[in-house]
Amino acid sequence: MDIQIEKLTKTYGPQTAVNDISFDVKTGEVLGFLGPNGAGKSTTMKMITGYIGFEKGDIQIGGKSVTDPTYDLKRHIGYLPENNPLYHDMPVIDYLEFCASLQGIEKQNINKRIREMVGVCGLNSEKHKKIGELSKGYRQRVGLAQAMIHDPEILVLDEPTTGLDPNQIIEIRKLIRDLGKEKTVILSTHILPEVEATCDRILIINRGKIVANGTSETLRKQSQGNEKLKLRIEDGKADKILKSLRTLDTVQSVACIEQNQNVFEVQSLVEQTSKRNVFNLCVQNKWVLTELTPLETKLEDIFRNLTVK
Amino acid sequence: MKTIWIIAKRELEIFFDSLIAYIILGLFLGFSGFFTWLYGNDIFLVGQANLRVFFSIASWSLFFFIPAITMKMLAEERKTGTLELLLTKSVSDRQLILGKFLGSVLLVCIALLATLPYVITVSSIGNLDNGGTICGYFGLLLMSITYTAIGIFASSITTNQIVAFMTALFIGLFFHIIFGVLAQNFTGSIGQIFETLNLQSHFESISRGVIDSKDLVYFLSITVLGLYLGESSLSKRHSS
Repeated sequence: MDIQIEKLTKTYGPQTAVNDISFDVKTGEVLGFLGPNGAGKSTTMKMITGYIGFEKGDIQIGGKSVTDPTYDLKRHIGYLPENNPLYHDMPVIDYLEFCASLQGIEKQNINKRIREMVGVCGLNSEKHKKIGELSKGYRQRVGLAQAMIHDPEILVLDEPTTGLDPNQIIEIRKLIRDLGKEKTVILSTHILPEVEATCDRILIINRGKIVANGTSETLRKQSQGNEKLKLRIEDGKADKILKSLRTLDTVQSVACIEQNQNVFEVQSLVEQTSKRNVFNLCVQNKWVLTELTPLETKLEDIFRNLTVK
Repeated sequence: MKTIWIIAKRELEIFFDSLIAYIILGLFLGFSGFFTWLYGNDIFLVGQANLRVFFSIASWSLFFFIPAITMKMLAEERKTGTLELLLTKSVSDRQLILGKFLGSVLLVCIALLATLPYVITVSSIGNLDNGGTICGYFGLLLMSITYTAIGIFASSITTNQIVAFMTALFIGLFFHIIFGVLAQNFTGSIGQIFETLNLQSHFESISRGVIDSKDLVYFLSITVLGLYLGESSLSKRHSS
């Protein structure tokens, strides 16, 4: 099921939480939702799940508007809310059974689905405990299990990996990627490597507006600009190397990062590369080039550039 | 309908799984039993085999007992965030309100069933007026659904259980006493209006064995109004 969001706006009193955003998510796609705290991620997710309404715009899921009262959309959506609220006084199995029956799963299939979910989310050793007795990581697994119990076509996960240990994070990421092959998944997170590891596409949102939308490669290209190289050159004097580097015709600027280690950062002119020139320069002067690393723009930098203004 | 029952069933299971349930039930039965059998204007003073005394005392103990049951119904869900979890499943606002209402009413019914030994005891002493007893229980039931609806509404407007409890008592107090007192202090049409609003007079006429459609309309309309207001306060989240 595809999700189309058109010119969505939501205000809380004088504060605009989400301001005129449009995007779409296709079946078989995992969309990563990034943004600083209070950017409007959770609000957008709540509107997609139908928990809160909106003033302007429209959300269409599978070609039908979520505002259509005759459309029982919620059966197609699995939702893991922020902070993962759960009934702490219920045992895991009972809770999953409660969720399954609310989602309209037929009685004879409920136990089968629960067994599957307990297996997928690694809850087998804890399934008879009360949810309140579980650790944070296990509660998160219960939250994921309840979101997926009715095998929904759309999964909306608000920070799905918080509180999990590194092994579990890898498992859950793999699970999300597998699910994303046939389902539509939207997930929000603060952990940037997670987005790169799990998502097909990234959406960065700041102050209720979309500031970036694309795969991690396109985002990188957009913000990268000029080539940057980190060099370490031995057997020469720092100030002399610095001077000769500046004379190269592809170089825009050079900075000496560590004087006594002879480490430099070279920025090339637009759409030019200085790698060969640097190498030849070293050969001419009999310097030894011990390090040449192209510096990539990290997702962290892109994120900071777009959201800190 | 199935969804409503699933929600109500969970309430019952959770209630009897907790210690609080037995404390509340114990207090209800203890309070009703003490004043019916042991203290003051008790059942032996009347010298007749009927349960009038019990019904008037139960109307007071239910007045406190019901808000104690309903206070957590929505306030706690809202506070812990599970409300969001429920309403993003295939559950409408109305189904949730009705489910919580049904669950609470069933709990009150269980408490009332636990007073059946009183009936058995009195009927073994003398010739019990069966019709009157049934009408008395019917009156208590109608009063219970009314206060439950008020309690559900009170629970829907706050995240604090104590606030929900006090609000339910405060609203209930008007129907239980204040309208009655005002009815006595005013004459003419104003007095008439207050007398119509007074829950006690409707309750007494039913427990005396007169089931009038006027009384049924009274109880049911407050119930529907309470549930409707509860639903609207849940739906408020949609607008800013």
